[in-house]
Amino acid sequence: MALLHNKNVVIKGISACVPKRVVKNMDNSYFSPNDIKSFVQNVGVEELRTSGEDICSSDLCVAAAERLLKESGIDRDDIGILVFVSQSPDYYFLPNTACIIQDRLQLSKEILAFDVPLGCSGYIYGLNLVASYLSSGQIRKGLLLVGDTASKIPYPRDKSSGMLFGDAGAATLLEYDEGAGGGNFHLATDGAGYKAIIVPEGGFRNRFSTQSLAEYTSAEGLIRTPNSLHLDGFDVFSFGITEAPKTCKKLMEHLGISNDDIDFAVFHQANKMMNEKIRKKLNLPENKVPYSLKHFGNTSSASIPLTMVKQIRTELQTKQNKLLLCGFGVGLSWGTAYVVCDPLIVPELIEI
Amino acid sequence: MDKNQFLQSFAEQFDDVDPSSITTDTKFKDLEEWSSMVALMVIAMVDENYNKKITGADLREANTIGELYDRLNSRS
Repeated sequence: MALLHNKNVVIKGISACVPKRVVKNMDNSYFSPNDIKSFVQNVGVEELRTSGEDICSSDLCVAAAERLLKESGIDRDDIGILVFVSQSPDYYFLPNTACIIQDRLQLSKEILAFDVPLGCSGYIYGLNLVASYLSSGQIRKGLLLVGDTASKIPYPRDKSSGMLFGDAGAATLLEYDEGAGGGNFHLATDGAGYKAIIVPEGGFRNRFSTQSLAEYTSAEGLIRTPNSLHLDGFDVFSFGITEAPKTCKKLMEHLGISNDDIDFAVFHQANKMMNEKIRKKLNLPENKVPYSLKHFGNTSSASIPLTMVKQIRTELQTKQNKLLLCGFGVGLSWGTAYVVCDPLIVPELIEI
Repeated sequence: MDKNQFLQSFAEQFDDVDPSSITTDTKFKDLEEWSSMVALMVIAMVDENYNKKITGADLREANTIGELYDRLNSRS
């Protein structure tokens, strides 16, 4: 059972960045107004931020990190680990984007920097990973960057995902702090469901070919290319409403805590129907469960920190908060974190 | 799983379908109101009422409500 506790670590600050460009789903010309209306109503996404040709996940993360480093006033040379969690790196697997970011942020060369290609669960895994490195005190400060330009992965004519994904990046600063309670985690994996969210061609299993960009219509009438996102919405929905409440309950039972011990429960922003189902299964009141889905869509690995910065910034800045954070999706991979945070440095949402 | 209860709960996921017109032989994907959103509501209903998972394959491969019921009923 992957229940983990990383002591002696605190989160110091969180920042998030989105592209300026707003795309309204009602203006989408690929789908009928009725389909769009039903999508907006049920899935809960009215508009998205999309980065277009010029902006990469790394650019969003670097902008978020620059602001966070500036506002926290720390010495960049103190950062000993940089992790970039993303499924939309700058280059096709090499080099790791984290290496490029080390230089862009002018961080010390005495740093561990690497990519972790996880999606919706990535923020939880990233927090656990950086906290693990910091826990022993051998590394004093760590920077976790999570971000995706997920809007670029679906085929635009694909009704299952063409209006769902927005782009965002976030930075989280963690520090060694002797005696601090740290973070508690439950992490899990089920690769049997790997086909539920997949880009079938373009990797090394099915190499990119002349056919990879050929449009075809699936059995359900979805228009896709083999090199675009294939989302089995039904499998993902089933998975989300079952496993997300389970992982939260597992960690809460392990820690002996109840909903009273949670100020905010921040979930990966998957789909309003799915997230509401999860919230209700956990009996969490609406005012403890913030959403950013309506204006930003599903922003993959960045969805949890983006929701925190956008929706509960003042609370995070001004008081102590007990936070339950839960990410679930592509892999299939999922996890939950429980962290108690003193007032954090949280710059206003950045737009580039 | 009670078959009649399942039929009724299935019908309740639609706005404009008369529950009495739904039988185990109904080809649910041919119903005018059937959509991916209704499908999600059916998945949620089965999770809530029966604590069972409907997969994408279940919805693709079952044609009638009875076939869907049989697939679910055979699962522990």
